[in-house]
Amino acid sequence: MKVLVTVKEVTAVDDEFEIDGLGIDDRYVTADLNEWDEYAVEEAVQLSESLDDVEVVTVTIGPSDAEETIRQALAKGADRAIRVWDDALDDDAMLDPATKARLLAAVAEQEDPDLILTGVQSADDSLGATGVTLADQLGTEWAAVVNALDLDAQAGVAHVHRELEGGVEELTDVELPAVLTIQTGINDPRYASLRGIRQAQSKELAEKTLADIGLDATALDSPIEQTALYEPESEGGATLYEGTPEETAGELAGLLAERGVGQ
Amino acid sequence: MTVLAVAEHRRGELRDVSHELVTAGRELADATDGDLHVAVVSGSVEEYADRLDRDGVDVIHTVAHGEEFNHDVYTQAVTQLAEEIDPTVLLMPQSVNGLDYAPAVANRVGLPLITDAVDLAYDDGLTATRELYGSKVETTIDSHADSTAVTIRPAEWPAAEGSGDATVEPFEATIDESAIRSTVTGFQEVGGGDVDISEADVLVSIGRGIEEEENLDLIRDLADTLDATLSASRPIVDNGWLPKNRQVGQSGKVVTPDVYIAIGISGAVQHVAGMKGADTIVAINDDPNAPIFDIADYGIVDDLFDVVPALIEGFES
Repeated sequence: MKVLVTVKEVTAVDDEFEIDGLGIDDRYVTADLNEWDEYAVEEAVQLSESLDDVEVVTVTIGPSDAEETIRQALAKGADRAIRVWDDALDDDAMLDPATKARLLAAVAEQEDPDLILTGVQSADDSLGATGVTLADQLGTEWAAVVNALDLDAQAGVAHVHRELEGGVEELTDVELPAVLTIQTGINDPRYASLRGIRQAQSKELAEKTLADIGLDATALDSPIEQTALYEPESEGGATLYEGTPEETAGELAGLLAERGVGQ
Repeated sequence: MTVLAVAEHRRGELRDVSHELVTAGRELADATDGDLHVAVVSGSVEEYADRLDRDGVDVIHTVAHGEEFNHDVYTQAVTQLAEEIDPTVLLMPQSVNGLDYAPAVANRVGLPLITDAVDLAYDDGLTATRELYGSKVETTIDSHADSTAVTIRPAEWPAAEGSGDATVEPFEATIDESAIRSTVTGFQEVGGGDVDISEADVLVSIGRGIEEEENLDLIRDLADTLDATLSASRPIVDNGWLPKNRQVGQSGKVVTPDVYIAIGISGAVQHVAGMKGADTIVAINDDPNAPIFDIADYGIVDDLFDVVPALIEGFES
């Protein structure tokens, strides 16, 4: 069977930073593999270790700068990687979930995987919608926010737990093929071994343009436009008590009594 | 214009975000003298409709099919309703279940989707405000489409109140059973137990700053003194020092006590999502830059091991 894992290079922003247009000034960002995707890759690699004949393929949308990050997944055990990029794609432009899903779906149609794993969301723009959009574009089943997966490949069913709010998990059976969006904590992602890092250098990382996946620039048309980026106003309106611990605690005790605490 | 908001319920209870969706929907509808429609799918829809009939709701559409959330049913029902009503804005919750059907509905109806909105405005078109990079920056997104799907972040809008006089209209959705390819087989409480922290009036909540498990006794003493309930942030529960049912936050419990006392908690967004609805928030933390002070009403920047014993003593006297 084949497992396709969508991965994304994300940027983390320093505590102190400057905004440059609609993005963060490059001097204040660090690129890394999206945390949720690390769990998705680990889940796929574990499947390939526990079942026979599982191929793990990663797919990303990103410029050539992202290759180093993408190789992290190869170093951890993915078999090969696909990177979609095109001159028509702008480095800084925000892609909405439908657009991302269109590109990923075109790759999925070529690869025809049995299972697609995505992260629940990306750490930078946190849209959280690409995986389910992808599933519906492909016409496959899906499950969002999965924190346990037990795959019955023979029966063609994924038994999953979905992490609902408030300490409740939903137990669901999902027919394959399917897209599962993977939550952090589902497993314990491994570190790449030195051997894995060496091997990753020789694994296939195929670059595909829009034309290569059967699309043209109209696939990027989106009615959504990012218009501003700014630092939110600080909400720091806290009244801070000052003085010795006895003094500050005394004032706080008075406040709590006023609010009816302990009565 | 017409706004269609889709309510959320789980295991027999309407979730709070449902009434927040009514508020957000009413605000948008007011911008153009429009109507607010609310949809409720599956479960005891008539009872839910009663409780959704708050001030400002014009029509409530009920889709009686099944009991619990199933994304294939929701996707079909909401898609058909949206195609019938043709709302300018389709509002859904940014919840785990919202994320499980909203993208599919948007895809089927052909609407752009903006997720996790924290503010919405309508002036010749929809503008949504979102947070990026772990709340470090905000961004505004304009939709140039005639119709847009949006999921709203819970607890950003107040719950709608008052009683309305909405028309309740059963909607006959055509649910294709063969398209239901996932089955909910049950629910599992992770870390149930005897305490429901979401019911507490006063919470004393402890985070990473407590350093060692044995130091928890100090916090227990404080909770006893204040007649409060003990809760915690994720690291304390991950360490196994307190059970899962004490966890405040997105994947733990969302709490709205009268008073929330955060001790040694930095205030990551996942934690804040679970407690920002508290009436009064007090923070005790030795890091003056901790984000918890951004949302606290009162704070003490000092060592918790000095402040907490003094607070116990001060309160007892």
